[in-house]
Amino acid sequence: MIHETLAATNAVVTLDVPLPDVFWGWFVTMNMWAKSIGTGLVFMLFLLLRKNASEMSGVRTSAIIVSFVMMNVFLLFTLADLHQPFRMWHIFFYPHWTSAITVGAWMATVFVGLEFLMAAMMIRKDKCLLTSDANATFDKLLFWVTLLAIPVTLYTAGIMAEATARELWQMPTESVQMILAATLSGSAAIILLGGSKLSDETKNFFASILGLSALLAFIIYMSEYIFGSMKAEEVTAILAYVKGDGEYATMFWIGQWVAYILPMILVALYRVSKSNSILTLAAILAIAGLWVVKHVWLVIPQLLPLS
Amino acid sequence: MQLGFLVDLHLCMGCKGCEIACKVENEVPLSTWRLRVKYVDVGTFPETKRTFTPLRCNHCENAPCERICPVSALHYIENGIVNIDKERCIGCAGCVMACPYGAIYIDPETQTADKCTYCAHRIASSMMPACVVACPVGANIFGDLEDPKSNISMYIQDHRDVQVRKPEKGTNPHHFYVGASQVNLNPLASRREEGYNLFNKITTLPLGGHHE
Ligand code: SF4
Ligand code: SF4
Repeated sequence: MIHETLAATNAVVTLDVPLPDVFWGWFVTMNMWAKSIGTGLVFMLFLLLRKNASEMSGVRTSAIIVSFVMMNVFLLFTLADLHQPFRMWHIFFYPHWTSAITVGAWMATVFVGLEFLMAAMMIRKDKCLLTSDANATFDKLLFWVTLLAIPVTLYTAGIMAEATARELWQMPTESVQMILAATLSGSAAIILLGGSKLSDETKNFFASILGLSALLAFIIYMSEYIFGSMKAEEVTAILAYVKGDGEYATMFWIGQWVAYILPMILVALYRVSKSNSILTLAAILAIAGLWVVKHVWLVIPQLLPLS
Repeated sequence: MQLGFLVDLHLCMGCKGCEIACKVENEVPLSTWRLRVKYVDVGTFPETKRTFTPLRCNHCENAPCERICPVSALHYIENGIVNIDKERCIGCAGCVMACPYGAIYIDPETQTADKCTYCAHRIASSMMPACVVACPVGANIFGDLEDPKSNISMYIQDHRDVQVRKPEKGTNPHHFYVGASQVNLNPLASRREEGYNLFNKITTLPLGGHHE
């Protein structure tokens, strides 16, 4: 490893002006976090429809509206992060299809458009011009929106994979983490939105999704934390920011505890005690912690000088 | 035609003539660089030496910046140069995240991405890039890599230690170095320590956007 030559060479950079550290900062974290909740809610609505359609009436409207709002938060922060936001239309008029940014922007736009239709249908049920049975049409559309939610969730992993400079982000792990972020935050959000409208059985079901998503995501982060350094020196250098007294070590562990470890414990407790407040706490922590986890993973590869 | 660069680090004396010529030619704003010469000090006093490495865009054959650009602002031109259309750029910084060499910056005046273009505008008028002209020792060798008789091709044929930066990234750079060690090419081979820089507390212009 080249790092081991340092003792002999004592090489010190005495003049270089690398890029500013963090180019994609918390605006991009907001983007990923809001998108996870937005698409996650759609996944959960779809699962509810399959599992217990009679309970859909309690959450159809609220879940699609919250999902729509979160997707708009995602779009807003995406736009605000551009240095030339008024040129956003270039993506639609000069699309470059090898870019995951382009593919994602198009898919997210269609997704939000469909969600708008669904939300409008639910709000104006009585005056719905499109169909006589708004609920049935909603449920039919939900299938296609759920299908679309998969690539909309995944495309950010594609962007991270195309960021060749950042060795830490690998497509296989990032895509699984994106899906898990959606199932974690989606299940948490529907638990909060559904409240007493959901039966105990359904709550149990979503609690299991929450707990399992937390467990799997935690296992993957720990695998990267422990084994990532065994393959590439660059990854070792990046992970040093979350190890020992690294700059982001505290924040990394706060994220892991709040997003994954505590919700896992709380979900286990809920299954024993059936206490709704424990489940509510697990859901709130998972949503809040996810922001922290995403932020740390977004920032640390950017701290490594490239030259 | 496939244009490429080669820097003979045996010749480079770190005068930064290329850096200044580039700044002037391309009106590169304060606090940003298309080309910069990195200094790395090696050894322990009194046995020390200073190494110099000019760093610029490598005009990769398999350029991650071109691939990630959502609007084709970064694009190849027929002579192999990876060029940028600043009017097209939306400033998403995808290219900044993708380039493994930190070769792209956001221009604080136009709020768009920018980088070395091998002076594409000069080449279009059959002139050499400004940095090549300015180098007092001819350390920058520029030419057509597909022409076996070009200076750069001959140089590559004559030298055994021709290297590129970060070959493991699979970018296939069209920018080579002769006489380089890991200290020159690999950022992990040297430390960056507060207080060791020749210019400390460098201030940079606000970029806009939301950097931390
Ligand atoms: S060095 Fe960077 S900016 Fe230049 S072509 Fe390669 S990836 Fe693009
Ligand atoms: S910042 Fe500009 S040049 Fe870079 S990827 Fe985005 S649109 Fe393309």
